[in-house]
Amino acid sequence: MKKREKLVMIGNGMAGVRTVEHLLKLAPHAYDITIIGDEPHPNYNRIMLSSVLAGSTDMKEIVINDWDWYKENGIKLVVGEKAVRIDTKQRQITTQLGKHFDYDRVIIATGSQPFMLPIGGSNKEGVIAFRNIKDCETMLEASKQYKKAVVIGGGLLGLEAARGLIHLGMETSVVHIHDYLMERQLDEPASRMLQRELEAQGMTFLLNKQSAFISGRKRVKALHFTDGSEVQADLIVMAVGIRPNVELAKASGIDVNRGIIVNDEMETNLPGIYAVGECAEHRGIAYGLVAPLYEQGMVLAKRLAGIDAPGYQGSVTSTKLKVSGVDVFSAGSFIEDASRKSLRIQDDLAGTYKKITIDSNGKLIGAVLFGDTSDGAELFSLIKRGEVVEGREKELLLGISLDQLNGGNPAARYEAMPDDEIVCGCNGVTKATIVDAIHSKGCNSVSSIKACTKASGSCGGCKPIVEGLLSVYAGDAAAEPVKEGICGCTTLSRDEIVAEIQRMKLLTIKETMNVLSWTEPEGCSKCRPALNYYIGMLYPEEYADEKESRITNERYHANIQKDGTFSVVPRVYGGVTTPSDLKKIAEVAEKFNVPMVKFTGGQRLDLLGVKKEDLPKMWEELDMPSGHAYGKTLRTVKTCVGSTFCRFGTQDSIAMGIRMEKAFERLNAPSKVKLAVSGCPRNCAEATIKDLGIVAIDGGWEIHVGGNGGVKVRATDLLCVVKTEDEVMEWSSAFLQLYREQAIWNERTAQWIERVGLDYVKQALQKQEDRLALMSRINKTLSLTTDPWKEIIQDKELRKNFEQLADIQTAAQ
Amino acid sequence: MATSKILVGKRSEIDVKSSRKLRIENIDIALFHLSDGSVLAVENKCPHKGGLLSEGMVCDGKVHCPLHDWKIDLRSGKVQDPDEGCVTTFKTEVDEQSGDIYIHM
Repeated sequence: MKKREKLVMIGNGMAGVRTVEHLLKLAPHAYDITIIGDEPHPNYNRIMLSSVLAGSTDMKEIVINDWDWYKENGIKLVVGEKAVRIDTKQRQITTQLGKHFDYDRVIIATGSQPFMLPIGGSNKEGVIAFRNIKDCETMLEASKQYKKAVVIGGGLLGLEAARGLIHLGMETSVVHIHDYLMERQLDEPASRMLQRELEAQGMTFLLNKQSAFISGRKRVKALHFTDGSEVQADLIVMAVGIRPNVELAKASGIDVNRGIIVNDEMETNLPGIYAVGECAEHRGIAYGLVAPLYEQGMVLAKRLAGIDAPGYQGSVTSTKLKVSGVDVFSAGSFIEDASRKSLRIQDDLAGTYKKITIDSNGKLIGAVLFGDTSDGAELFSLIKRGEVVEGREKELLLGISLDQLNGGNPAARYEAMPDDEIVCGCNGVTKATIVDAIHSKGCNSVSSIKACTKASGSCGGCKPIVEGLLSVYAGDAAAEPVKEGICGCTTLSRDEIVAEIQRMKLLTIKETMNVLSWTEPEGCSKCRPALNYYIGMLYPEEYADEKESRITNERYHANIQKDGTFSVVPRVYGGVTTPSDLKKIAEVAEKFNVPMVKFTGGQRLDLLGVKKEDLPKMWEELDMPSGHAYGKTLRTVKTCVGSTFCRFGTQDSIAMGIRMEKAFERLNAPSKVKLAVSGCPRNCAEATIKDLGIVAIDGGWEIHVGGNGGVKVRATDLLCVVKTEDEVMEWSSAFLQLYREQAIWNERTAQWIERVGLDYVKQALQKQEDRLALMSRINKTLSLTTDPWKEIIQDKELRKNFEQLADIQTAAQ
Repeated sequence: MATSKILVGKRSEIDVKSSRKLRIENIDIALFHLSDGSVLAVENKCPHKGGLLSEGMVCDGKVHCPLHDWKIDLRSGKVQDPDEGCVTTFKTEVDEQSGDIYIHM
């Protein structure tokens, strides 16, 4: 095995750890990594400190990488120690406790420290900065004993600190040397609007004030200004700026200016020594906002992973900030002069302000938004692109959508969409990436774009936009799109595949793929479970279900969680349980140390965080049927109390629900199926957003279908109204079987009905003979199902798959 | 570092197109039994969000991560397009007579 290089990072903050995180993704085993941090905490989100103060966030919640993360990634973490010297000859780092660390490469990510005004009395008790968890704790402590707080600095950080102090119940004044607040991010009109808003929230401002000295005995009493005035203070928070931490670099012979000087590769003048984050100075700029620091981190991670990628080119920054509900945005250069012109619009009724600045070449170079920052992202991307906006200035200012300006022409809308606008939010795919896939990678269908870029591959919500972009940018190529199959392995559609299976009576997945000329011999995670479903649906008696072609959850009959543990949900018919069942669930949860027991949205209990090895044992002890909370099957039948107890109930919704759940449990379907029964039109069981929802009315039942409360909310359509419970069963059975036979695998009833139309469903179920035929088919299928948990408990061959094959420690050598 | 050859189990203990997980020296490994009879081992951790590859669907020498469907080639350890990354692979050996599986570490 190749000897790994030793990578030591000095600093354990956001930019540095982000770099390491990215490096681990790109080259997981390239380095032995050590991180030395002087704060006694794992990496946390400094930006959220103000939210901690404001009480909306807990200290624990701001941790980005917890202790386990370091452990899991094999990173040696040294906290509470400060690196004091880098011996660049011996390639060794020394800490203040005299520990030595050898290195092959070093990342300096020492961040910055708050700049403390060098005025008299600044060493008194009660004078602090606002930078780390300790400062936050000091502020929390002080707020319990003292009343008056003064923040020096009316910039971003100072106002955040002041907001926190107000929230802690302190009378808070903000001192600022400039004559208006946040002058680096805002112009004067926007700043005045912000000031008014903050004053209304209880902040007071002392503008144009230069601090002279701090008085008090041991603890601070007052802050005095150069003009002779003063303000009482029990706590002074200095937030006048930050200074990159360069001492270590300087002492080690690394070139520094304001920050540690780095080139486009984030490397210092000494080879193998890099700097990233607030401590680094690139092309004369030391950044303090997180976005550019993360950009630097990406560049450095690629460099360390040996990936050839463009260097760091510097960042155009934007600020988006919320101070107690006030949205503020600014980007670029927004102060006008002889060569720059501005357009602005101010609405004091709505409390909004917008200004855009254009340079002499007609390029948008800056913007300020106050109150409504929804146009921020679009403006920022225009600024970054440096595009000429001549002739469009007023549109940009007024924010009239380009769609409207173009008379609603959709093609124009897609053309006008900025290149860096995110189209697919799940996978972070921009318009530019999609257009590039169309132009240079020959994608001419939504599915090829999906395969190439992942756009529309997760929730699918952006598919219409991807289709739109395709039609605009693929031109003629998209006019005759390649026929799309159910996945990349075939060009056949669901209906064609099902027809072929029936025509040739294909009884295995392998045979089907073979006969229908699949391009991938064993298919993929899309077509394998689909074929498994279709063949099983067509031939329930003859087809042997192939568990290897089921998705993970259906193979293990439990829901896989993000950490690889599973959840266990026993069946609770109609949401009605008994004290003895509850006791049993509680005992099993205790016995197996289940980390969380939670009520599901479907009226049952979820035991979360179960190790795979424990699943069969737990099922055995529970001795309850599987709730199938994991599969493309019938999930729950949610019920309201109904006429059993409720004074409004018109029918016995509980009994109806239990009857349905007992009838349909274990039913495989194209996608998950959720049912509900409400006892009256108040609909407490929320039946009208279920796949099949029954609502009792006086003397009958309404049957609603095709609802969904998930990705895209859809209310049900009313299928029919019937009189008896038996009729409810007949219609429900027929509806479910029609869906099973007609829908595409992974298609919910809502999408299916949208696709085929309610009329089709109504027509197919209109005649009773058709309904009874469907019902007999569903009953046949249901009669062949067994409880999967019981099956696994009793079968050693199935049970082995839940156990670890081996756990071998050194003894095996 | 010298490599060692470790007996981890029998091929018949892993269903075809399926996987079992195991640990060697605290490294989590997923062991796959492919349709052609070969047995492959990779680190049991998707480079994306750490999903357990042993729980994924196996398609012709590739596994789909159960968490977000990343597709990983079990021979090279390479993540397939459009995603990027790789997992560590371990050399395996199967005694065709006994079906014993060895991993080289």
